[in-house]
Amino acid sequence: MNNSVSACLDSLSVQRAYGPVVEGEALISEEGFSPRYDLDRWSGVITKPGHKLEGVSIRDRICFFPTAKGGIAAGWAFYDIKHKSIAPRAFIFGVTNPVMVQGAVFAGIAITEGWSKPPAEVVQNGDWVRVDPGRKVIEVLRRASPPEADDGPA
Amino acid sequence: MKLTTQEQDMLDGKHGDAVREALAYQLEVGRFWDAERFVPISNAHMMGDIEVMGDAGLAFLERACAQQARCSVPITTNARCFDFAHAESMGQDMTEAVKERKIIRLMRDMNVVTTDTCINYQTVYQPHLGEHIAWGDTGTVIYANSVFGARTNFEGGPSALAAAMTGRTPEYGFHLARHRRGTISVRVDAKLEDVADWGAIGKIVGEKHQNYFAVPVFHGLQRAPVADELKHLGCALASYGSMAMFHMVGVTPEAPSLEAALGGQTPVDEMVITDADLEHVYRSYKRGDGSANLVVFSGPQLSLFEMKGLSEMFAGRKVHPGTQVYVTTAASVKASAAQLGYLAPLEAAGVTVLEGVCFYILQNLSQMRMANGWTNMISNSAKIVNIIGAHRFNTLLRRTADCVDIACTGDLGGGTYL
Repeated sequence: MNNSVSACLDSLSVQRAYGPVVEGEALISEEGFSPRYDLDRWSGVITKPGHKLEGVSIRDRICFFPTAKGGIAAGWAFYDIKHKSIAPRAFIFGVTNPVMVQGAVFAGIAITEGWSKPPAEVVQNGDWVRVDPGRKVIEVLRRASPPEADDGPA
Repeated sequence: MKLTTQEQDMLDGKHGDAVREALAYQLEVGRFWDAERFVPISNAHMMGDIEVMGDAGLAFLERACAQQARCSVPITTNARCFDFAHAESMGQDMTEAVKERKIIRLMRDMNVVTTDTCINYQTVYQPHLGEHIAWGDTGTVIYANSVFGARTNFEGGPSALAAAMTGRTPEYGFHLARHRRGTISVRVDAKLEDVADWGAIGKIVGEKHQNYFAVPVFHGLQRAPVADELKHLGCALASYGSMAMFHMVGVTPEAPSLEAALGGQTPVDEMVITDADLEHVYRSYKRGDGSANLVVFSGPQLSLFEMKGLSEMFAGRKVHPGTQVYVTTAASVKASAAQLGYLAPLEAAGVTVLEGVCFYILQNLSQMRMANGWTNMISNSAKIVNIIGAHRFNTLLRRTADCVDIACTGDLGGGTYL
């Protein structure tokens, strides 16, 4: 096992969790999410005008959303986007609703709810993170940008 | 979760593979929410159409049917994405229409009653106080919990179908009394003259408290609302706030008083909504490119009384050339509206009345938007102006009479707020 990859730089714990252990690039949203309201379910891109992540793809990401919006659609929609290969690897919600969970379980996508501290304190967009639902923990494995050298520009 | 002997038998496959898979799925969902047991249900309502299910969902249904899956409690279907009589003229994909027909056939084979309505609570089934059910969409859930005092969580399509097959659902969330107490106090000091006003209240409260377990308690109203007003309030709360329940003091069955509705808890927020707040909502919408070529009365489907009212407003008028107006309702309501003479004035005015669908879930909607040059969508439904965003519409909420004026003048300026 490559320790340089699996070593944990920082972590946060979650209250509830389901699904397999997954790793991926973090996508942090300040705005809630609904596959019906916000997502183009044929491309995996968030298309709702004005959404804080408008124009961004959720494909293969570890998606952090503060809240769930709506919505019954997730029950089928997560299964659909999983089979279209445009699903995220995990949904990390601050507060979620039953349909997000029902949809994620149906699709076999990892999902968690509740976090021990605001994700922005621990993880940033593009960081490589691991979601371990069994241990109810999310770990940062790599930062998005390598740290600058000590003698580098400020 | 504790399982009864019957549930263990289901999990052991003694009731067939389809039931075993359904219960195992429900068990995972129940574990997530720390449910201790299942609770029997008497009714289910499910979403299931090709637009949201996709080919993968259709393949799932085919496999379930091959496993002899059959629902054991009454289950109805939500609005779907095709009104087949209008599909071709609206530019929908007829290949997908074939799949939609297949879904309907498969569901009927599974003992699903394909009512295709999101207002089942107005047209099909009214559960009683304390009755455990498994409903979706969200508008049906919040109406059932709040107005009837029935008990249900948001149940997505696969979840409601599983519940109808096993006859039960995990006991968590709004099946439990402790989650049904009010958490937010909302004093309403506004006139509320149109269903759009009730929707606007739902937007104000829902946007501020996006939390499934938030339960607003409305009080101080100048008059008790009618069912269609409660419908629009609930749909907006569920849409903007992902909420599944509200109380209204003196109106809903679990709110004989503010104190009773709050269940002894101190509310986490005390809001006051005035006429000025409503006006602010209407003024908040951007006019986009100024176009007014799409007016929609949908999401939720219209009741017979809404059809009657709209018919009277459009009587003797004509939809402006180049503007399209869509109404969606249940097939049963459309049939009654035709029989009662409400449909003819709408159609004479140039309004298209679709049955069994909801506008925002229409298959091919993004392509239809582009083909028709629609950019703005005007509606009296606070829910649909929120929910349709992924299709890149600019939306405007307006009161019903303003919507009718805009439809007949083709001018956004015909409304009160622009």
